Amino acid sequence: MAQITLSKLAHSYLPQPKGPGDYALKEMDHVWQDGGAYALLGASGCGKTTLLNIISGLVRPSHGRVLFGDRDVTDAPTAERNIAQVFQFPVVYDTMTVRDNLAFPLRNRGMEAGVISQRVQSIAQMIGMTDVLDRKARGLTADAKQKISLGRGMVRQDVNAILFDEPLTVIDPQMKWELRTQLKSLHREFGHTMIYVTHDQTEALTFADKVVVMHEGRVVQMGTPEELFETPAHTFVGYFIGSPGMNLLDAQIDGSHAVLPDGTVPLGAAYPVLQGRTQIGIRPEFVTLGAEGLPYAVTRVEDVGRHRIVRGSIAGKPVNAILDEGATIPADPKASFQPNKINVYADDWRIAPQGGAV
Amino acid sequence: MDKTQNNRAWFMVLPVLIVVAFSAVIPLMTVVNYSVQDTFGNNEFFWAGLDWFDDTIHSERMHDSLFRQAIFSAIILAIEVPLGIFIALNMPKRGFWSSLCLVLMALPLLIPFNVVGTIWQIFGRVDIGLLGHTLAALGIDYNYTNDPLDAWITVIVMDVWHWTSLVALLAYAGLQSIPQAYYQAAKIDQASRWSVFRYIELPKMAGVLMIAILLRFMDSFMIYTEPFVVTGGGPGNSTTFLSVDLAKMATGQFDLGPAAAYSILYYLVILLVSWAFYTVMTNLDRAEGGK
Repeated sequence: MAQITLSKLAHSYLPQPKGPGDYALKEMDHVWQDGGAYALLGASGCGKTTLLNIISGLVRPSHGRVLFGDRDVTDAPTAERNIAQVFQFPVVYDTMTVRDNLAFPLRNRGMEAGVISQRVQSIAQMIGMTDVLDRKARGLTADAKQKISLGRGMVRQDVNAILFDEPLTVIDPQMKWELRTQLKSLHREFGHTMIYVTHDQTEALTFADKVVVMHEGRVVQMGTPEELFETPAHTFVGYFIGSPGMNLLDAQIDGSHAVLPDGTVPLGAAYPVLQGRTQIGIRPEFVTLGAEGLPYAVTRVEDVGRHRIVRGSIAGKPVNAILDEGATIPADPKASFQPNKINVYADDWRIAPQGGAV
Repeated sequence: MDKTQNNRAWFMVLPVLIVVAFSAVIPLMTVVNYSVQDTFGNNEFFWAGLDWFDDTIHSERMHDSLFRQAIFSAIILAIEVPLGIFIALNMPKRGFWSSLCLVLMALPLLIPFNVVGTIWQIFGRVDIGLLGHTLAALGIDYNYTNDPLDAWITVIVMDVWHWTSLVALLAYAGLQSIPQAYYQAAKIDQASRWSVFRYIELPKMAGVLMIAILLRFMDSFMIYTEPFVVTGGGPGNSTTFLSVDLAKMATGQFDLGPAAAYSILYYLVILLVSWAFYTVMTNLDRAEGGK
């Protein structure tokens, strides 16, 4: 096991990249702690899989280095890196039995038969396939096959990291939850570094200690689920995390106030003078509809059980609010924001407030 | 669930039956017709029962041809299938070179059979053929017109040259359908090259290979033009395969009755072997599939 360092890493699939648009991954410097559970979250095509394949060695980065611990593995082939990877679609060896499938990575590394059968048994127990161990993998359903893939990824105990590339896409929702819980408990038990690629925020937030949000080939934020929720570092994070995502409104920032077309909103702190496009971001959870604040036009109310989502707009810009089940919407609603929950963005990046709260 | 039965639906099949009758059944019946009759000329025929079949089954000539035929098919399958797989494995997977390879591979398949025969007939000649002359110049005693072994080698090499591409192209198609993730997973599992072939590539190719083997078997079992053009079945009868023999009998000696019985038996042998092969393969396939 080892800490994974990405040093000035960037990748382009083109031999002669010209502009930043040609890069699938833009330059990044990150350290992934040994034993951490990470989720790589982002929309399709944002470079998640490329990054994962660079770590596993299936793709050689065009720029920068990858280090496992102190060892530079940029040029090391996959086999030498001692990592496990589970792919989006089940990859099983059809003609082998389930048992042989699980034993395959161990046998290829010349382990003793006794150790192998013991490992296979315990992994089979974990994925709940002990009763089909002697069946050929071919006849099984897609989710059973994917469980074999997961099992094959976890069968080696000495791996540097286990990488998951959207592994639960083909699995039933019920089973998804169960397997995710198992992965989580495995992580606690054995402490492998796990990197989990997904575009599903629920999956990312429940699985990982740290979520890495990617957008257009860039890591825009690496943080705990709480940090992503409270202080999204980039407007994309605000928009992508949460359901519905963060409300973003163009505003002039004037010290500790934000000036909007329809009025002024107090901020939780004072801000320096900002250049570029400035916006404020407020989560729907912290929008209150009442008698005071900015005039709010309701378009639609969605009842989703424990709370209601109000879709509406302020001065023509869409703003959503989340209301508790019992709460009522006044006839002529005004929207107010919790000042200390407002984040300020300049050119999409979050600006830290000056000093403490006002 | 109850389904309504309506046997009038069978009328829907009628047009197909009629077409098949004219294209296959009726011509076949004329052969059946000949096979049970004898003639002394003047277009007068009389009933001969199963005599021709009896004769053919016990004829040494048929036995010898059948034996040669079986050996020939076995040899070319044993060469073409592994060679075709080997070529497919080593072909470029994409890009300009893969297209070029595909075109080059397809070329022999596009050449008419008797042209293939003529090419090899001249190619192998000791006096003017590039191959024959070169071998002679190297001091190798090669002459497919008098030496049965040389004749066999020539016919087999010709068939390999002509048809290995088919196996290779089918195997290549099978290989192309394997998702990249399988190879990546194999790398991660540290599988050897042999394991990748044995556990990933071969199982994924199994379907197309079965078709390739079946096609090559049937085709080689019916081979006529090429050996006829190259060796004419000789020297002696050493390369007289079933259809060469049959043609001699039917159009050379004009023994229509025995030839008809011969061709029906020939047809049944091909049908039987293909059916047996197919059944065995699909059963193996099912056995591999678990329950």
